[in-house]
Amino acid sequence: MPSDPLVAQHVLEFPGGYTRTTGPVIGRFLSELRARRIVGVRTAEGRVLVPPLEYDPATGEPVTGEYVEVGPAGTITTSAWVDEPLDSHPLDRPFAWALIRLDGADTDLLHAVEADNPKALAAGTRVWPVWRDRPTGHITDISCFAPEVTKIVSSVRAEYRLQVGGALRVFLEGVERGVLLGSRCEQCEKVYVPLRLACPECGNTLPDTLELPDTGTITTFAINNLPDPRAPEVPFVSAYILLDGADIPMIALIGDVPAHEVRQGMRVRAVWVPESERTASMANIRWFAPTGEPDVELA
Amino acid sequence: MRDVAIVAFAQTRHTDHDTGLAEHELIHPVISEVKELTGLKRFGFTCSGSCDYLAGAPFSFVSALDALAAWPPISESHVEMDGAWALYEAWVRLQHGDIDSALVYGFGKSSLGDLRTIMTLQLDPYYLAPLGLDQLSYAALQAAAVGADRQELDEIVRRSRADGRSNPYALDLPEPDGDDFAVQPLRKTDVPPITDGAAAIVLATGDLAGRLHPNPAWIRGIAHRTEPHYLGLRELARSASAADAARAAGVTKGPVEVAELHAQFPHEEIILRQALELGGDTVINPSGGPLAANPVMAAGLVRIGEAARRIHDGTASRTVAHAASGPCLQQNLVTVLEA
Repeated sequence: MPSDPLVAQHVLEFPGGYTRTTGPVIGRFLSELRARRIVGVRTAEGRVLVPPLEYDPATGEPVTGEYVEVGPAGTITTSAWVDEPLDSHPLDRPFAWALIRLDGADTDLLHAVEADNPKALAAGTRVWPVWRDRPTGHITDISCFAPEVTKIVSSVRAEYRLQVGGALRVFLEGVERGVLLGSRCEQCEKVYVPLRLACPECGNTLPDTLELPDTGTITTFAINNLPDPRAPEVPFVSAYILLDGADIPMIALIGDVPAHEVRQGMRVRAVWVPESERTASMANIRWFAPTGEPDVELA
Repeated sequence: MRDVAIVAFAQTRHTDHDTGLAEHELIHPVISEVKELTGLKRFGFTCSGSCDYLAGAPFSFVSALDALAAWPPISESHVEMDGAWALYEAWVRLQHGDIDSALVYGFGKSSLGDLRTIMTLQLDPYYLAPLGLDQLSYAALQAAAVGADRQELDEIVRRSRADGRSNPYALDLPEPDGDDFAVQPLRKTDVPPITDGAAAIVLATGDLAGRLHPNPAWIRGIAHRTEPHYLGLRELARSASAADAARAAGVTKGPVEVAELHAQFPHEEIILRQALELGGDTVINPSGGPLAANPVMAAGLVRIGEAARRIHDGTASRTVAHAASGPCLQQNLVTVLEA
């Protein structure tokens, strides 16, 4: 007696497939599929059977010779969700089986439905067929159904040419030199940064241009979880920074510190790019980083 | 109509794995057992139920005849369905009047292949089989159509497995736990166990039945009905054919103490209870039912045997057995048994 079980593999297969005749009714349905049409057949009582049968299941009477184009859209009546598709299944990723009442039909077609998750396939969901590239007259000419289009994504992109003159030009030329320029209103006794030509409070022309230090205090901040091409990574922190000597905060990124450690009152200093890479742009300042000084009590 | 009774029933101790026994080796003990129970060596008619696709071999039922003593030639037939339909054929044959006994058996080893995909082969070859629609997927579609309360389904599985553990012939399955999906909304615990097994029943008419068993289980009603094969043509949440068969068999003509239902999934029990109009005082599947042991092609015949056993042992006077075949309870056979 052998000690191990005697086991053999056994395969049942029809090499090349099993040839079947379709008869005129099913054959008509499959031929219409080849032309990317879905048809039902009308019974003597006027119901439309989809897919067609040779007889009326209710009465056993032969169906009429009238074929009716249905769908192609339909409504899910019942569905089941497959998390782990089998090799034999039409889709190799999670999908649903569904009974679909095609528009104009009185019975349900069974087919696969592609969707992101089972919740997307409640009874009543509208679906449309997705056709195979080259239909051959087979039920799988319909690759699957997919939910009806209810939203689209449209791209928006326009290009502009911006030219910098006036106060901003002076400010950015300062940034290129590694200096932050502001302006002081004698009447309102306020220092504005970036540099501007007129006081936003009194409207007076602002003659005084002054250099401000690149240190300041965070007055408020936000932790951003959506990526932004200008930010180093996600999440990133953008903050209002009140530069020392200024009365108006300036918005900038905060870096070199974990997002959850950023706080109001934190002292920061600009991190400049190396001199050789400097341009007349705010990109000159990579971000503001904590100085390590004690926090400031905000008024 | 001639009075026909079930006078003997035997089943294998079903297994959840292939023990290596060939089909005729699986059948032989149960045939021997019903021969011993009745003292009969020969029968007026013999009929079996099985499915060649389970073994992956054509005419596999013919080699199973080795278990029977088929020489000199016997009068024999086979249905490519559950053995319950073999019993129906034998009952019809006994109505002819010229014989008074019949041997019926059903067998199947679903451990040999992947039952889930093998059952795809029974679907129509034009619209369903090419999609690769598998057994769990179509059962899940029906479960979704029923939309039953999850707690009710869990309770059916729990009760079935508990009853199965106290049935020496059924599998020893643990309390169901876990909520992993098989095919949503079916959970893995909703799926009947892969089972190998066989069952045999002896039918006898009139006086012979009385001589062979002190409490024959008389078949007072038996009927089967079918619905369209294609799932989209049916109302899946109900079973019109089971209801028709139950009416034709006269299920509601008296109280039903025990009902053995061929419900392979818990939602099928809900559909069948409604179709057969079973009241709250009917005990359902005290054997554990197919959720505790599902020897495909014998499970329906086992239901009839289990329903008869309650009458044989005197614990019930009126029982009902149900057997199903085809996708999503397409065909239903209902048998009413009385003491």
